[in-house]
Amino acid sequence: MSGIFSLRAWEKVWLYRGTFLLGLFNTVRTAVFAILLALALGILFGLMATSGKRALRAVSRVYVELIQNTPVLLQTCFLYYALAFSGHSIGIITTGILALGIYTGAYMAEVVRAGIEAVPKGQFEAAQSQGFSYLEKMYYIILPQSIKIMLPPMVNQVVNLIKNTSCLYIIGGADLISLTYSFVTGENTGGAYAPAYLISGLLFFVICFPLSKTASSWETALKRREQRQVFARKNAGGKEAMADE
Amino acid sequence: MSELEASMSMLANKNILLYIGKGILFTLIISVIAVLCGILIGSVLALVRNYCTRGILQRILHALAVVYIEVFRNTPLLLWIFICLVFCPCPEFFSRKMFGLTSVETKLLFKAAVALILFTSSVIAEIVRGGLNGIAKGQFEAAHSQGFGTVRTFVYIILPQAYRNIMPTLLSQVTSTIKDSSYLANIAVIELMARVKQILSSASQYNGTGNIHVSDVFVLFGVAAVIYFVINYTLSCIVRSMQKRRSRQPKLERTA
Repeated sequence: MSGIFSLRAWEKVWLYRGTFLLGLFNTVRTAVFAILLALALGILFGLMATSGKRALRAVSRVYVELIQNTPVLLQTCFLYYALAFSGHSIGIITTGILALGIYTGAYMAEVVRAGIEAVPKGQFEAAQSQGFSYLEKMYYIILPQSIKIMLPPMVNQVVNLIKNTSCLYIIGGADLISLTYSFVTGENTGGAYAPAYLISGLLFFVICFPLSKTASSWETALKRREQRQVFARKNAGGKEAMADE
Repeated sequence: MSELEASMSMLANKNILLYIGKGILFTLIISVIAVLCGILIGSVLALVRNYCTRGILQRILHALAVVYIEVFRNTPLLLWIFICLVFCPCPEFFSRKMFGLTSVETKLLFKAAVALILFTSSVIAEIVRGGLNGIAKGQFEAAHSQGFGTVRTFVYIILPQAYRNIMPTLLSQVTSTIKDSSYLANIAVIELMARVKQILSSASQYNGTGNIHVSDVFVLFGVAAVIYFVINYTLSCIVRSMQKRRSRQPKLERTA
């Protein structure tokens, strides 16, 4: 076991820096495409959940509950082995993108739904009475108001997705964690546990920390603005404010 | 169709059912232990992060708590499992046969459980902090005016209210932890996910056809998915009914 201060272990990590860069590249690539897929699915199912049509709402509900209540690891394994044993293998990275996209999409759908439901009902009615079509109403009136509510939890989900790329390991993945593990256990490269894990963790931290920090600062800003509004309404006259709520 | 029947016949095998059942038990026990320990460690971290701001010693503790929470929240669980496998010391007590596991597996279980606890406690710390932030300042002042010391204020006045407020979030954290515990499948065959995968890899022996088919994948992972779904959906239904009941109650704390 090499300690953090062993120079030889660090030299080994530096010699094989390509492994870590490749892992980082694969993790980022998987994450980016999965985020796009998750956003698309999230918006689609989020809109379905708020459409008011019973069938669409039910479909969206089933998707969200099924995906949110089972582990992402199980979904990845299921997708990978089902495709592999039926002879349609699509590769590890693509499987990862699909599985992670579908998994995070369920959370995005809930975020979108909550964001749209937070817009007062009068806004929908006003848009309708002005002759806006469904898409126009959503695009010009509803989404601009709900985007500030949706963004912080969305960024948090992105962070979760990046961390969950480690689920590729179970299907023989090529992501950062998997490559780090095969580096420290490899026959020629093995042994440099502490530096390798430190580098790998640091790379994740460098990506995820700014994102979650941004999300939480947006959230506090939003909360403060809401409190100010409530305060202003209370001062303006209690009765109207009560009626609104 | 016969392939599907062959796959279904595995579920009639008593040994396989027992094997899966043990996996469910391990999943539940590991998750509950992780959450309980997480609440303990997380509460300490949250209190330190929120209220230790005076003096040099307190500032150092505060910084440590912040670093701990942020580091664990922004790195994947699997990394910590791997790290604990190498660096976590395992007490003698856990390096022997236990619960139907070999001595190697109990060791792995202990180390992986430590990783899960460390990871979960950072998440729970933030949840507890949210609860603490929601408590009105008047509560502290009232406690002090009644002669409560700092420790007593927290134990008798602040923490009970905070826990009551975050109960739904904590319960849904159990759901996440049950899902997270599947990451243990990467290192040892102990909990549900790993056991199902293990059965799949030797499914050719059990389904009587001598081959692994797609239907095996669907049946085995389907069963696992149903089990996870039933556990987690029940929990999330409880959470929802709790939240509903709360939103109907008038909020007394807010009137201050």
